[in-house]
Amino acid sequence: MKTAVLLLPGLNRDRDMIAALTKISGQEPVTVWQTETEIPDVDLIVIPGGFSYGDYLRCGAIAARMPSLEAVKRKAEGGVPVIGVCNGFQILLEAGLLPGALMRNASLNFVCKTVQLEVTNASTRFTSQYTQGQIINCPVAHHDGNYFADPETLATLEGESRIAFRYANGTNPNGSINDIAGITNANGNVLGMMPHPENLIEAAHGGTDGRAIFESALDLVS
Amino acid sequence: MPIKARVTVTLKNGVLDPQGKAIEGALGGLGFDGVDSVRQGKVFDVELAHDDQAKAQLELNAMCEKLLANTVIEDYAVEMV
Repeated sequence: MKTAVLLLPGLNRDRDMIAALTKISGQEPVTVWQTETEIPDVDLIVIPGGFSYGDYLRCGAIAARMPSLEAVKRKAEGGVPVIGVCNGFQILLEAGLLPGALMRNASLNFVCKTVQLEVTNASTRFTSQYTQGQIINCPVAHHDGNYFADPETLATLEGESRIAFRYANGTNPNGSINDIAGITNANGNVLGMMPHPENLIEAAHGGTDGRAIFESALDLVS
Repeated sequence: MPIKARVTVTLKNGVLDPQGKAIEGALGGLGFDGVDSVRQGKVFDVELAHDDQAKAQLELNAMCEKLLANTVIEDYAVEMV
């Protein structure tokens, strides 16, 4: 299975993501620099986490205006699955590929810990290898993960079952509205999430709860 | 005279502002008792290379829509200075 990882100045989880995708897919992802206008044919595109452009202006705002994001938009419109993790989620929102915005954590603190996630919809192409309502562990590490959307958008997300993950059991680390941790687009082929599943894919990580997101997206049997 | 503009970006009403809340609390801590609320925003001073006011207004609005503001959560105002 072929995958691609976007590279932008200031991202710092790119190597973790490349390592995870290499282990899961069996081949090293191609990397796409921000100035590239084309992305090769791949089975999955991932935008990793970090602090693109130092979080200047707003998290992900400047990265979202780079040529490589135009290429991601075209690929997404063509049906290619896209995952944005952490800063990658912020970039997808700023690029208009997903609705809503991520704001400063309600506590104002940077949070770095493991939270619990509920698989709110196990029918998405990113969650099909989980069971509905399954509770999984997943690390988070962010300062701006407080998901916000206007009531109309929220109603649409809830009504169309586009909330893939919620923070569970009182572990909402950032004040996100409706405990939202991850959402999909209307076509179901773009997922944005604040937690870092790439950091929980093998025993050495202390668990493998994050692995099924990539295996679901790539249609691999675990 | 090249045009100078000031763009002010503020959070929309109804959007929670944890930073504004923290500042509000800090002002209270300094003894400013009469503060009802604080909302934090951003200011951009933009200098343009031309002096066409009508064109500047259009350009600045487009800059706000495309980059300076996230219109999901923010409003903007453009003022020629």
